[in-house]
Amino acid sequence: MAKQSVLIPVFVFAGIVVLLGFGFQLSDPHLLPSQKLNDRMPDFELPSLMQADQTLTAADVTGEVSLLNVWATWCPSCVAEHGELTRIFETTGLRIIGVNYNDDSAAARTWLKRWGDPYAFHIVDETGTLAIDLGVYGAPETFVVDADGIIRYRHVGVVTQKVFEETLAPLIQDLKDAS
Amino acid sequence: MSSRWVLAGCFLWILSAPSLAAIEAQAFPDETIKARYYDLIATLRCPQCLNTNLAGSDAMIAQNLRATVLRLLIEGKSDAEVEQFMFERYGDFILYEPRWTARTWLLWLGPLGLALIGLSVWWSMGASSRKARQGLTEADRASLKRLMDR
Repeated sequence: MAKQSVLIPVFVFAGIVVLLGFGFQLSDPHLLPSQKLNDRMPDFELPSLMQADQTLTAADVTGEVSLLNVWATWCPSCVAEHGELTRIFETTGLRIIGVNYNDDSAAARTWLKRWGDPYAFHIVDETGTLAIDLGVYGAPETFVVDADGIIRYRHVGVVTQKVFEETLAPLIQDLKDAS
Repeated sequence: MSSRWVLAGCFLWILSAPSLAAIEAQAFPDETIKARYYDLIATLRCPQCLNTNLAGSDAMIAQNLRATVLRLLIEGKSDAEVEQFMFERYGDFILYEPRWTARTWLLWLGPLGLALIGLSVWWSMGASSRKARQGLTEADRASLKRLMDR
């Protein structure tokens, strides 16, 4: 009996180690599960960054498989990501749509002049309403939207070449094949 | 003398620290909406920060969501509708009291389960010490006698 009770704390300790071990190996706690997957692109009516008189709506995001990239000039990782987005556009011709998030439009245009503009167009989301409807909580975030305007994938953080080639490109190919 | 000033400075700094958190000039149409607004932003969690509510966060998303909460309240949405709005976009994470679902039952029952395990360990330890206090049985006495007489 005495021997067994000595073992209890050992078992408890082992249990905690296993539990925490699994807990810490789970994905990044900052990554929230996406609520909007397989939902239609939320409705919006927002101006275009480059053509101030043009109003963009959810219909403008349909028609072909696209990357919807949420970016801002205040976001340093967006600069890091920009090169890869440019590479993706230049090598695949994929339509990339920008959502300029919580930003100053003049600063955004200057930023694009400096770093180049691989985007088809930019949706100006100054107060974050579209971003909130998408469940965005930071920048950069990137969505894969299919030709019917259904959100098929969400990537939080920088799209690297590895992310694109291993995750996004196969998915985009599948979506293109399906339509 | 100077140390008194340092102390006073520290004290003022401590006083000012909480007020550094979000101060926003929100225009409330009436006191009820104001009260409901403060209740809601205290119970909704900032999606960017792992353990801060919307009220306490300076993150951009928290500012946007606070403005959204107020907008929804002014539009006449109920508290439950505002929570539903947030839930649809940010999921269980945004509610400090997550809903009871297949994914969250362990979260709710876990502490109860741990308490039950603790209670049963405590009870079994109590049982063995009660047994020890009862003293020696006839068999114990006999074997003790045998040992002593050896």
